[in-house]
Amino acid sequence: MDEKKLAIIATKGSLDWAYPPFILASTASALGYETQIFFTFYGLQLLKKKLSLEVTPLGNPGMPMPMGMDKWFPVLGLALPGMQGMMTSMMKQKMKSKGVASVEELRELCQEAEVKLIACQMTVDLFDMDQKEFIDGVEYAGAAAFFEFAGESDICLYI
Amino acid sequence: MADFDQELDASGLNCPLPILRAKKTLNGMDAGQVLHVIATDPGSVKDFDAFAKQTGNDLMESKEEGGKFHFLIKKS
Repeated sequence: MDEKKLAIIATKGSLDWAYPPFILASTASALGYETQIFFTFYGLQLLKKKLSLEVTPLGNPGMPMPMGMDKWFPVLGLALPGMQGMMTSMMKQKMKSKGVASVEELRELCQEAEVKLIACQMTVDLFDMDQKEFIDGVEYAGAAAFFEFAGESDICLYI
Repeated sequence: MADFDQELDASGLNCPLPILRAKKTLNGMDAGQVLHVIATDPGSVKDFDAFAKQTGNDLMESKEEGGKFHFLIKKS
């Protein structure tokens, strides 16, 4: 049986959007897929050694709010200072209590499973980021390198 | 429940951890050996079925008992 391939582009840098690429990549590896994730723009935040990912209720009408907070806080209230930090810590607590892995843990599992993590060199330069900020084992490449793998993939996801 | 060689308690863990832990445990086992997985995530029922189909390992048993899900997987 030929090994199947999964290619993912991760473009978002918030706590909630950190999950899909790492969950799918680690699971695909367990199922025998060869997997690559190409991190670009805000997705690069997911490769930082020290993750400081947050979740925001702003512009997200689908986000379930604890204790009916959405009724008490209209949209402008959600923009109050401290609201994002509070929502982030509540989300993290909820995930922990439900046995959902942390982003760090899923990322480690991906690395253990030899998921290839590729950072978009152009975005690294654009945002004046330093390779020292990123975890070890990350490769740096561009769009053409992504297509070399994605063109052969069975599944290709843009997240 | 039939005999098994190793046991993995994934109680309290949510998707995709039970599958990832099971895969890791199976990696350290020999072909023909049986792994017993215990999980509380209701999604794991369909997930272990799909895992077995895609990896070629044999899901010998899948049942719910005492509020927990039990799976017997024979390594191919």
